[in-house]
Amino acid sequence: MRPFQYTRAPSLAEASNMTAGEDTLAIAGGTNLLDLMKLQVEKPGQLADINRLGFADIEDTDDGGLRLGALATNTETAVHSRVRSDYPVLSRAILAGATQQLRNKATNGGNLCQRTRCFYFTNIDQPCNKREPGSGCGAIGGIAKLHAILGTSEQCIATYPGDMAVALSALDATVDIAGGKGERSVPVRDFHLLPGDTPWIENVLEPGEVITGIVLKAPVGGTQIYRKVRERSSYAFALVSVAAIIELTDGKFSRADLSFGGLAHKPWFDPRVGEALIGQTPSEALFDKAADLLLEDARGYGENDFKIPLTRRTLRAVLTQATENAA
Amino acid sequence: MTVYFKQDEPDTSNRLDGMKQGVLGKSLSRVEGLAKVTGTAPYAAEYHIDGCAEGVLVTSTITRGEVVSIDRTSVLSMPGVIAVVDDEKMSTRAAQGTANEAPMQGPRQVCYWGQPIALVVAETFEQARDAAKHLKVEYREDAAAPLDPHAVEPEEQEDETVHQGDLAHAMAEAPHSVDVTITTKGHASAAMEPHAAIAEWDGDKLTVHASLQMPNYNITELADALDMEEDNIRLISRFVGGGFGSKLGLSEEVVAAALAAKQIERPVRVVQSRQQVFQTVMRRSETTQRLRFAADGEGRLTGFGHEALVSNLPGETFAEPALQSSHFIYGGENRELMLKVARIHLMTAGSVRAPGEAVGMPALESAMDVLAEKVGIDPVELRLRNIPERDPEKDLPFSSHKLAECLKQGAEAFGWQKGVRKPRQRREGEWWIGTGMASASRSHSIAEAKARVTLKADGTALVETDMTDIGTGTYTILAQIAGEMLGLQPDQVLVELGDTRHPRGPGSGGSWGASSIGSAVYIACNAIREELAEKAGTSEDRLELADGRTAAGQTLADLLQGKDISQEGHYEPGAIEDDFTAAGFGAFFAQVRVNHYTGETRVDRMLGAFGFGRVLNASTARSQCIGGITWSIGLALTEALEFDPRDGHLVNCDLAEYHVPVHRDVPDLDVLLVEERDGAASQIQAKGIGELGMCGGAAAIGNAIYNACGARLFDYPMTPDRVLAAMPE
Ligand SMILES: Cc1cc2nc3c(=O)[nH]c(=O)nc-3n(C[C@H](O)[C@H](O)[C@H](O)COP(=O)(O)OP(=O)(O)OC[C@H]3O[C@@H](n4cnc5c(N)ncnc54)[C@H](O)[C@@H]3O)c2cc1C
Ligand code: SF4
Repeated sequence: MRPFQYTRAPSLAEASNMTAGEDTLAIAGGTNLLDLMKLQVEKPGQLADINRLGFADIEDTDDGGLRLGALATNTETAVHSRVRSDYPVLSRAILAGATQQLRNKATNGGNLCQRTRCFYFTNIDQPCNKREPGSGCGAIGGIAKLHAILGTSEQCIATYPGDMAVALSALDATVDIAGGKGERSVPVRDFHLLPGDTPWIENVLEPGEVITGIVLKAPVGGTQIYRKVRERSSYAFALVSVAAIIELTDGKFSRADLSFGGLAHKPWFDPRVGEALIGQTPSEALFDKAADLLLEDARGYGENDFKIPLTRRTLRAVLTQATENAA
Repeated sequence: MTVYFKQDEPDTSNRLDGMKQGVLGKSLSRVEGLAKVTGTAPYAAEYHIDGCAEGVLVTSTITRGEVVSIDRTSVLSMPGVIAVVDDEKMSTRAAQGTANEAPMQGPRQVCYWGQPIALVVAETFEQARDAAKHLKVEYREDAAAPLDPHAVEPEEQEDETVHQGDLAHAMAEAPHSVDVTITTKGHASAAMEPHAAIAEWDGDKLTVHASLQMPNYNITELADALDMEEDNIRLISRFVGGGFGSKLGLSEEVVAAALAAKQIERPVRVVQSRQQVFQTVMRRSETTQRLRFAADGEGRLTGFGHEALVSNLPGETFAEPALQSSHFIYGGENRELMLKVARIHLMTAGSVRAPGEAVGMPALESAMDVLAEKVGIDPVELRLRNIPERDPEKDLPFSSHKLAECLKQGAEAFGWQKGVRKPRQRREGEWWIGTGMASASRSHSIAEAKARVTLKADGTALVETDMTDIGTGTYTILAQIAGEMLGLQPDQVLVELGDTRHPRGPGSGGSWGASSIGSAVYIACNAIREELAEKAGTSEDRLELADGRTAAGQTLADLLQGKDISQEGHYEPGAIEDDFTAAGFGAFFAQVRVNHYTGETRVDRMLGAFGFGRVLNASTARSQCIGGITWSIGLALTEALEFDPRDGHLVNCDLAEYHVPVHRDVPDLDVLLVEERDGAASQIQAKGIGELGMCGGAAAIGNAIYNACGARLFDYPMTPDRVLAAMPE
């Protein structure tokens, strides 16, 4: 066995102390981390169990929003009555992910930090710049059907695979972070990073920082859609996904918050897409214009070229559905 | 006593229908079901054996070359590590089904990425796994390791070749012709229980608990690999958590466990990880198939061509027999069939459920749909017009033939709309909805089998054979056959399987298990009946037994007078194999929806009608059909092994990324059992049903995709990217 130390963190300060060390990882539900440890993709010398730290509640915020504890499970979050009524896109996104058994165990914080499903990342006998900086990228020139078409680098073309964060990005939620230098909040849209030359750095968490919660703004209503395109109808990661919050006023778009999954190393939010729609009357031509902006810099790597037309068509489907609903 | 019976003639006695117990064919729940769902049925790795050490296979990280050296010291000092085994006798590939000789050995020679090259043994599984990852291996790599079947000169499988008449000429002359190329990707068996073995030596006697489909062959394979006498080996496979072909031949962990146990003088358990099962056991070859038809104005075939290119490692005898049913399912006097195998360095290709027809039939039936459209007739009608009277190549009679009935009854039950079909006729919101159909065919196999039946003095019975139950229902149907013959409720019959101490069965494979071993049990029971008849003062054909009594009211215990009767039935197929062409036939009907925007396809409903001889248990037979149709859905829409184009390693090697259908992909499936008696198939008039349910079903889905949205696809699986690329605007 690869020996590791398991410690139940008694306090946030302790958890922070422990995870400040190079060799320690926080463990929440463990649904991602334990798999990767068995494969020796992750090799922590110490696990800091954060499950007893308390931030598992889902509570109203003063301004009418909702704060989701980082340790609340995906299931608790998806079935929460306010999530279902006020943030249906989030509930749908969570339920579109993984399986019931996994969601029962998976936590909101862990979900944000889940690692890519790139086949070369999870096989330690293959090159991967994310797992082993400088070893090369196995996916480029390999099997890359699931891989990114936006924001890639020569170093890494992996995607962030999750669903929940795509909805959070559309909702413009913020991530509460504690430990390290103190407490801070970061918009979900800025939480994940592009691979650039440091693909192993996936988000803004500094050593010693843990996620304590996710804050949703006061509800905005609108038609909320989470569309996940996948090969089989459950238990599969998205080829492409779209989280959309759409509102029409007098037949014109008055709200168009759109984020995309399966396209990049992070949930993809491009403000130009919404801006192109706002104030305009829905039409196929308009949807295509929005898609043109979204996909302006898209680049396929052979196997995943199809994601470019698929994204265009999925956006068209979502906007058609949303505007038909609103009309 | 052993009663030997070689079947040269079809059975016309129909004895089983004359028995009085009335349990055969009934829907009976699996007798071992409760034990399985309560976790008390032990699978191979679950036996507790004192002092058992744990072994983990080390696999190669090069594609082709040689292991130059293994640095044992790199791991021997790690906690718990006992030994590194790299014995020359270790096997590097699984044996092919019915190989009956040692699988490929010599772990220093590497032929594919992921090949076992050593075994690390430690006190705990976790220690062994960690050490296996740390073992330092030095390789010498061969530069040339072709991976692309199209990039090498393939070998023709000459016994598959048919040249009859002049197909090209027939096509040029015919009012209608079709020439299409269809591809399928590699598939995995993806059985739930991973391959596992526990080996234990007692002097020179070896006992192995393993997960195997065919202990009767596997024992010979193991003896040959270890240079031992079979008599010194005992293999036990009482419960097998699915095999689907992947456990036909002896897999690598069995030999490794035996060698390690010998070396360290302790029992050793080796369980392959999920990734290893995917990467080292068996793949179904990808195929490229060209289908050519010539047809007259009414759609009657005058020419039939089917060529397939498949692949395998050098040195393997197996070539995915994609043309198997094409030899006889449809007529056409001008025929051209050819199977070629490309030698490449991907993992071993071998049997995965329904080898041959699983991929051959979907290709053939996709092409038939194209022909129906060209001729302008209903696709069901096209099939009906092309069912031959006799085997069109061998000129033999069919043992029985239910294709027409299955097509007709299936169409009726499904509500198939007759007539010429046009795509894109029905849309609901984003979804195009359409229907499609395909024929099913699976060539019938039957094998030699032995079973011992003992009628105990207390009036209960015991059936013993090394035949396996791989989740299919063997325990149950054997209790039903013996119960029917001996006048007992099935719960009065104890069935003991999967132990080579018992008489040799046929093993579970090629859908031949139930009919072969069932015939052996029948023969043994018949001999017991003869003894009973004598005791009862009557003749066997007059002896009526039900619920443990004769018609005159004597109990079995009375007749037996404190003495057991034991008979071994030995069944062997004789001339029936040569005098008939035998196959299970059927028809699939599917309704699918295809998303206009995303190209996602979901199956709304599906029906299969199958004729496969006598139904031994309606419920387990139905389950096999449902399983087969479920595999058809996977084959049509999602299942594909993906190999790295540079080193040939299998990338999607777990159940999260190799997409078998999930519950949501499998709608309500309807199964029609079209009963028949096929006396030339086996002594109990049964054929096999384990595989028929997936032999063509994928084409019903593919054809329904075309009917729904107008995307005509020739590449399986029909994933959203492919559907979209073919979707008309
Ligand atoms: C087969 C399978 C299919 C799946 N399918 C989907 C899918 O379709 N869609 C989808 O979205 N997800 C899917 N998932 C991923 C699943 O959602 C994640 O595994 C889960 O959300 C992770 O949560 P966890 O609490 O178990 O995290 P853990 O495994 O405990 O941790 C994951 C990572 O997050 C870090 N971490 C955890 N909590 C915190 C915190 N509070 N602060 C800082 N760091 C933290 C850990 O250190 C670790 O690096 C799938 C997973 C599996 C195994
Ligand atoms: S895409 Fe990224 S994660 Fe995948 S192999 Fe390349 S570097 Fe590694």
